[in-house]
Amino acid sequence: MVVPVAFFGLFFAWPVAAIVARGLKTDGSWQFGRIADVLAQSDIRHVLWFTTWQALASTALTLAVALPGAYVFARYDFPGKQILRAVVTVPFVLPTVVVGTAFLALVGRGGLLDELWGVRLDTTVWAILLAHVFFNYAVVVRTVGGLWAQLDPRQEEAARMLGASSWRAWRKVTLPALAPAVAAAALMVFLFTFTSFGVVQILGGPTFSTLEVEIYRQTSEIFDLGTAAVLTLVQFVAVGAILAVHAWTVRRRESVLRLVAPETTARRPRGAGQWALLAGVLATIAVLLVLPLAVLVQRSLDAPDFGYYRALTSADGGVFLVPPIEAIGNSLEYAVAATAIAVLIGGLAAAALTRRDAGRFVRGFDALLMLPLGVSAVTVGFGFLIALDEPPLDLRASWILVPLAQALVGVPFVVRTMLPVLRAVDQRLREAAAVLGASPWRVWREVDLPLVRRALLIAAGFAFAVSLGEFGATVFIARPDNPTLPVAVARLLGRAGDLNYGQAMALSTILMVVCAVALLVLERLRTDRTGEF
Amino acid sequence: MSSKKYFAVVVGLGLVALSACGSSDEGGSQSESKTVTLVSHNSWAVSKGVLAAFEKESGYQVKVLEDGDAGQAVNKAILTKDNPQGDVFFGVDNTLLSRALDNGLFQSYEAKGADTIKAGYRVDGDKVTPIDTGDICLNYDKAWFTEHKLQPPTSYDDLIKPAYKNLLVTENASTSSPGLGFLLGTAAKYGDDGWEAYWTKLKANGVKVVDGWEQAYNEEFSGSAGGKKAKADRPLVVSYASSPPAEVIYADPKPSTAPTGVVEGTCFRQVEYAGLLRNAKNSKGGKALIDFLLTKKFQEDMPLNMFVYPVVEGAAVPAEFTKYGPAAKDPETMDPAKIADHRDDWVKSWTSLVLK
Repeated sequence: MVVPVAFFGLFFAWPVAAIVARGLKTDGSWQFGRIADVLAQSDIRHVLWFTTWQALASTALTLAVALPGAYVFARYDFPGKQILRAVVTVPFVLPTVVVGTAFLALVGRGGLLDELWGVRLDTTVWAILLAHVFFNYAVVVRTVGGLWAQLDPRQEEAARMLGASSWRAWRKVTLPALAPAVAAAALMVFLFTFTSFGVVQILGGPTFSTLEVEIYRQTSEIFDLGTAAVLTLVQFVAVGAILAVHAWTVRRRESVLRLVAPETTARRPRGAGQWALLAGVLATIAVLLVLPLAVLVQRSLDAPDFGYYRALTSADGGVFLVPPIEAIGNSLEYAVAATAIAVLIGGLAAAALTRRDAGRFVRGFDALLMLPLGVSAVTVGFGFLIALDEPPLDLRASWILVPLAQALVGVPFVVRTMLPVLRAVDQRLREAAAVLGASPWRVWREVDLPLVRRALLIAAGFAFAVSLGEFGATVFIARPDNPTLPVAVARLLGRAGDLNYGQAMALSTILMVVCAVALLVLERLRTDRTGEF
Repeated sequence: MSSKKYFAVVVGLGLVALSACGSSDEGGSQSESKTVTLVSHNSWAVSKGVLAAFEKESGYQVKVLEDGDAGQAVNKAILTKDNPQGDVFFGVDNTLLSRALDNGLFQSYEAKGADTIKAGYRVDGDKVTPIDTGDICLNYDKAWFTEHKLQPPTSYDDLIKPAYKNLLVTENASTSSPGLGFLLGTAAKYGDDGWEAYWTKLKANGVKVVDGWEQAYNEEFSGSAGGKKAKADRPLVVSYASSPPAEVIYADPKPSTAPTGVVEGTCFRQVEYAGLLRNAKNSKGGKALIDFLLTKKFQEDMPLNMFVYPVVEGAAVPAEFTKYGPAAKDPETMDPAKIADHRDDWVKSWTSLVLK
């Protein structure tokens, strides 16, 4: 418990507090009046309103599109299911800078919608909503589908034997069991869309702005740290509330359900209706998720003889001191370091959270660990600069800052994956081992570790994939001699010229493939109780 | 009990690891004076050999820190001014110079070679040294205008004519530096009172505004590589005078002429400066580095790396530049002090005028 608390205190709470304090303090006295001033501005109120309603609409749309998918992944068995589950997760871990461009090919000019029906959605709110579905589809499929697969279908069958209609049986038996997972998924999607940055910036055009975009603008462009600090606090409160509700629904879910192994609940679809549902879900995935990714691949191949890929190996372009291909190595190195930190911190936190004697405070910490997911990267980045600036902790120019920042985002995933598994370990096993004379360390090694080994690997894999795609924090601190993949892509896109654009597409494709492979490996490791992400 | 011991071990290991990183980065006091740190934005680029030559001659090891885009980098430097991340800051331009100077970011230093800087680029005082210039100009898609048998526009005035309706895409002036440059160009041209009327007409003539240069150039502009793939339909974009040469240099095979051109009557000149940071730990090395930035060697290396023009007399500009995108002869300019006085208000008025 001490280590995770110290880690979050040092690398999250302190930097964020430092930058907020800088914004709200003038000549040593607090300017809390600024809060009212800022919130009274009509522009800011407009931003708050837009942030909220687009998040609500995105969440509703994501649930509507992804719940059938969750059902199909949970209950049907079909060839290629594992690969497909990995594929639908790829968007979630890819940086928006990469896919925003490709997503325009779907909804923008000359895109699929344009060609079929002459509909263009770029710079409309529809583009934002659809992109949010694209990015968060996997959250619903994995959270809801994971649990759905473990609900015993025989309960519903029993209700039908007793005379209930199939709709009534579903409503009375399955829905109540599923509701907490749906709520948890909805809240996660709400959290991610409430704090949406890249999607809104790239697809929304300058007329739409979320709280997160506004914080970035105030900090980075206008340099009005006071306004940024107020907005950060507002977002903090909102995210805290979302997480509190989320923690509550998660706890409810972990209580009463009788779960079975997912392999026993899935079967081949039968009858025209089920096949049609499967086909519908597959078509949705193909159009909404695979097509934008395919556009990236196609554009990366748009030069003879893999020209863009070959160009990646040369440093002549001048955009970097090193050939862009080296970004792959940098990304992998950072991701390994970030994963190690995230697994250590997240694992310790999860272990502390499962202890019987864990009090209120510790359980509250569960929700606190998720906060970095909802605090803007620019706030954390600027906070690092002014908080971690003195030896021995002058890390501003150190390579370790990149994995540290990435680990902040990875830890919540580790905790969420480990927690259900650790909670399922029978406490009596540990007690028996202790009674027989094992030291706590040995108890952990002999009892917990074998049981959670797979969950640990999955957690590590997810943290790894998230680190690979992390852009917001990395872009602040990456060094020119070792850019990560997303940073390299962003920089190539910032230059005119065919080769730069093509190389950006090629690097994006490589990043996508690396993420997909990492996720595919995870699929092979799935255990029956690790459904949350 | 012993789980606490375990935590203690982990914490201990962590601290050892951190301090190890710290020391390997800081170096002893002896090696510190041998390292000079340059803080810049992420467009910084230099040929390896040129930098290596400086390191060899001066005996300093150059460490480069890139701090986001131009605006971010300046803001970060201001935030850390009491305990700066490096010795020299490069990349503050005339639109942001006052913010840096007002915050006391730099200490005085007159660079060796300052007398070779072309007239017109010097600023008052010796806090900063001009290093390069670049022009923000309208780019046009040559093929599009040939195909539609239309003359490309030649001035700001042309853009509000019916013939050029719905052809221009520009960037958000509050989030993008070319977007801001274009706004300042029109303010310089039409004056403090006239630019709003001009933008009202421009809006009525169908100007499209997107958030950043990447979207404008790669997605909306029909003349760029990305735009061609995205079937873009705007043949006019706010970009740089050096973009057409880039379209030739970064093409394989290289075309004989650039697919895009510059509307020379619509340029706004940016000047980028470097300065010695106040509280720099290695100010001697910093001074040497600034001197180096003004050497002919660096100035002539710069154009093809950062796509900007040199500022010193007699520095050769690469043939690609003169051939595919001549520097604007008579660009709009504005005094940094005037920009500082008006920037926020103008951007605010522009936002409510054009975006709302």
